[in-house]
Amino acid sequence: MQIYLPIAEMSVNVLLILAMGGGVGLLSGMFGVGGGFLTTPLLIFIGVPPTVAVGTGANQIVASSVSGVLAHMRRDNVDFMMGAILTVGGFVGSTFGVWLFKLLRTLGQIDLAISLSYVVFLGIIGGLMFIESAQAMVKTRRRGGAAVARGSGHHTWIHGLPLKMRFRKSKLYISALLPLTIGFLVGILVAIMGVGGGFVMVPAMIYLIGMPTQVVVGTSLFQIIFVTANATFLQATFNHTVDAVLALLLLIGGVIGAQVGTKVGSHLRGEQLRVLLALLVLGVCAKLAFDLVVTPDEVFSLGLRGDF
Amino acid sequence: MRRIAPFLSLAVALLASFPVRAEGELVADLSEHLVAITTGFSGAKVLLFGATDGPGDVIMVVRGPSESPVVRRKDNSTGIWMNQDHVTFQGAPSFYQIAASRPLADFAPPDILENHQIGIENVRLDVSEQTADATRLEDFRNSFLRLKQNAGLFGKELASIDILGNRLFRANLNFPSNVPVGAYSVEVYLVREGQVVSAEITPLHISKAGVGAEVSQFAYDYAAFYGIISVLIAVAAGWLASAFFRRA
Repeated sequence: MQIYLPIAEMSVNVLLILAMGGGVGLLSGMFGVGGGFLTTPLLIFIGVPPTVAVGTGANQIVASSVSGVLAHMRRDNVDFMMGAILTVGGFVGSTFGVWLFKLLRTLGQIDLAISLSYVVFLGIIGGLMFIESAQAMVKTRRRGGAAVARGSGHHTWIHGLPLKMRFRKSKLYISALLPLTIGFLVGILVAIMGVGGGFVMVPAMIYLIGMPTQVVVGTSLFQIIFVTANATFLQATFNHTVDAVLALLLLIGGVIGAQVGTKVGSHLRGEQLRVLLALLVLGVCAKLAFDLVVTPDEVFSLGLRGDF
Repeated sequence: MRRIAPFLSLAVALLASFPVRAEGELVADLSEHLVAITTGFSGAKVLLFGATDGPGDVIMVVRGPSESPVVRRKDNSTGIWMNQDHVTFQGAPSFYQIAASRPLADFAPPDILENHQIGIENVRLDVSEQTADATRLEDFRNSFLRLKQNAGLFGKELASIDILGNRLFRANLNFPSNVPVGAYSVEVYLVREGQVVSAEITPLHISKAGVGAEVSQFAYDYAAFYGIISVLIAVAAGWLASAFFRRA
């Protein structure tokens, strides 16, 4: 069953797109990641132009995040104050990111920038998460299920920053500059990589901000909604790269998958979730790094002037 | 009289539409002059048909709207493969397909193929920059043609034109689902004894139609509004799914 995508200007199989949206949505609900780091490469793989994949991916993440965040809100797992501060940083970051995206596109280096960003971020985060959560799993087992202490008790230079705020839900009293900066940096990634940024945001919340694990996923999804909405709006307005038909198909599969994923995720333990996510992240990273180093089948590529 | 008036005007219109040519060696037309890309579009087939006034060979060239493609080449001088050199071609056809009644080499001398840009090797590609390196340009040119062929937009081989009784001919034009939209031209040449004795150009339009066309039109004309609607649809879909699953 084929359907023609008006902005991507190609026809695709409806069932394939629905299945893709569903699979990514399942992971989104389980791990609290937007799933864009899978959606965008998958769309490019089936022949959707990279610009359209990035713009449309952001749009689809809006839907799966709304659906995911509502499920987490019912369990009272969202720190709205923290989410709002992250969103402010994310707005500025994603706006700057769309500008940067345009610049790199005219230089013909956007593909490289996308791949390198994926390899660097997925590699660092996947590696750290895997080591840490694997160790935690081993320890937990030895101690017979005792909780592992978080590292938030340490006092570092971060705690000396001004503009301190109280985040009741996260039981934290820290400088607002920390979440603002993290929000800004992740916002750039949202625009460049066509991702929700959850795969960076979730570890940053745990390891840098020191938030309790149970509010991390809900709060990450909460801020992703606003940042990806901003990216969708900017991409549609300035680059005409949001395909509404493709997004609708992806999100039909995605929202259903996310609901199922949230239920599955709540039955899994925190460390197990993190090991699974780490393996997934490392897998995508390895594939992209491999493609950058290995001699490609085709060293020439085709674009239109003003395009890439 | 009133009843036959429309038929009379139709007949006049038909007569007028035939090319006025002294000999009238060649007449050709398409089964459709408009290919509509609708929501279910998965490619299209258009029939070219026509007649000649006697024996001869027929060549058909389909050319898509022209564009200015940039061909980039990756190099791994830094250890990773990245785009480095690039060439911009001007006025290149976005789509190119040829068909003929026999293999071209059997009846058409190279100079007429070159003059009429018949055959992929004769497609004219202008370069804006000044470059002395002919091999580099040739490399980029061949790569452009290869990429277009792999995308299914430039014909890999000569399609066939069937000739019936030395008079009638027909050929199928196949357009893939990723066909560029715009104004196409279908050129038909009649070749006798190594000379083009007659030629005819028929226009063909490929455009989006229906819901898809409206969505794409709206996305360009009211881009900001389209962006807001896309976001709202996504929010509504997420909320709906959540509400539905809560009840279930």
